[in-house]
Amino acid sequence: MTDAEIIERINSALAEEFELELGELVPEAIFKDDLDLDSLDAVDMVIVLEQEFGIKIKKDEAFKAISTLGDLHKFILTKKDEAA
Amino acid sequence: MYKVAITGLGTVSVLGSDLENIADALKSGRSGIGIDEERIKLGFESPLTGIIKDFDPKKWLGRKQRKTMPDFAVQAYAAAKQALDQSGLNEDDLHNDESGLIFGCDSSCIAALDQVKRLKERGETSLIGSGAVFRSMTSCVTMNLNTIFKTRGAAWTISSACSSGGHAVGQAMNLIATGQQERVICGGAQELNWQSMCSFDGLSAFSSCTHNPAQASRPFDKDRDGLVPSGGAAAIVLERYDLAKERGAEIMGLISGYGFSSDGEHISVPGRDGLVRAGAKALKQAGLSPADIDYICAHATSTPAGDNAEAANIKTLFADSLQGNGPRISSTKSMTGHELWMSGASQVVYTTLMNRYGFTAPNINFSTGDDDTAGLNILTETDDRPPQKALLNSAGFGGTNSCLVLEF
Repeated sequence: MTDAEIIERINSALAEEFELELGELVPEAIFKDDLDLDSLDAVDMVIVLEQEFGIKIKKDEAFKAISTLGDLHKFILTKKDEAA
Repeated sequence: MYKVAITGLGTVSVLGSDLENIADALKSGRSGIGIDEERIKLGFESPLTGIIKDFDPKKWLGRKQRKTMPDFAVQAYAAAKQALDQSGLNEDDLHNDESGLIFGCDSSCIAALDQVKRLKERGETSLIGSGAVFRSMTSCVTMNLNTIFKTRGAAWTISSACSSGGHAVGQAMNLIATGQQERVICGGAQELNWQSMCSFDGLSAFSSCTHNPAQASRPFDKDRDGLVPSGGAAAIVLERYDLAKERGAEIMGLISGYGFSSDGEHISVPGRDGLVRAGAKALKQAGLSPADIDYICAHATSTPAGDNAEAANIKTLFADSLQGNGPRISSTKSMTGHELWMSGASQVVYTTLMNRYGFTAPNINFSTGDDDTAGLNILTETDDRPPQKALLNSAGFGGTNSCLVLEF
């Protein structure tokens, strides 16, 4: 799977879970301010991404520091590389 | 004490999805009861249930809001939104300390089951999802509506079995009457699913009249054989009368009295004087005597023991005024089934609709009474005289009673 395909899958999963438009899902988007996603949504985001990619995210310190969608893309790409 | 006005109504009911249809069902004696085939497969003694048609939660709220709300909480939102729109209040009018929410609700069973099932499937609590804790609390209605409507006053749920909705409206009325709130959206909500009803079904309390579901709920009739579980949500906007008048709101009626009592007797068998004591208190607060009441919206659920006890309570409270032409009596549960936590609040909606649409609803399926109902004026047909001064009874397991007086 290419990086672009992984990013597309992340965005599709988030769009589905949180009823977001794909057009809103730009890398600069800040979860709290631009996408209206709060700490409870983060709980569900972990579940969705863990199930989508078969990885463990919950206790990863790097995940807690994420604030933009671009940060999340990089985080997942790194996780996928580590798993490969 | 301030006068308390009804300025908005809303409900998601087995009788229909909007007030006009519901009024039409009440007037024409149309039942909302049917069969749930799944209950037959699961070994229920009775597959009868109220059935809500045409309610799509997605039409009312987005996924993020629904995440913390089971269906009956979304129905409570839909009822509250309808009531608010009818009242002419804007949501901005609610963003203050003087606006509150009080609902009656006594379970969120399916949500509690869902979270356990998900844990067992996924093996980690962190994979249950963020909404489950909020969905599974009995206060899920008011905690969610509070965040949606952004009220800043009262925000809690009353749990008192089948009188929950009645006590919620009564307490809301009292908070306004005493000046502690200016307006309260109040009501009741009841989940409608087999999971929340299976153990109740096992008590042989439900009707087994499966060959004709529309005739299964027959309050006060001598052939009644049990209640039919039902549900949905009902909401009422109550306001301080003077403030509602001042803003030019249409006053649909007044809640002038609320009385409560408990039996202190048996956990499931209602007492012979609990509703007498609650009714007397409600009438006293309203400044009325039993002879002033022209309609009793009965609690009667179609169980042999419950209806007998209510008939005895009515006879005691109305003793002197039963000679000749006593108050007309009907149980709307003959059409809706027993809406349980919601029922005390839906009686307020239904009775107010009767007044607005100019009729009093019949107690369908009542053909022959017994010694307990002898002398009571139970309506077998729709009456074209609307209620003017009504007493609304509601009672719950453990012997908790609520009576409301409505004036139009």
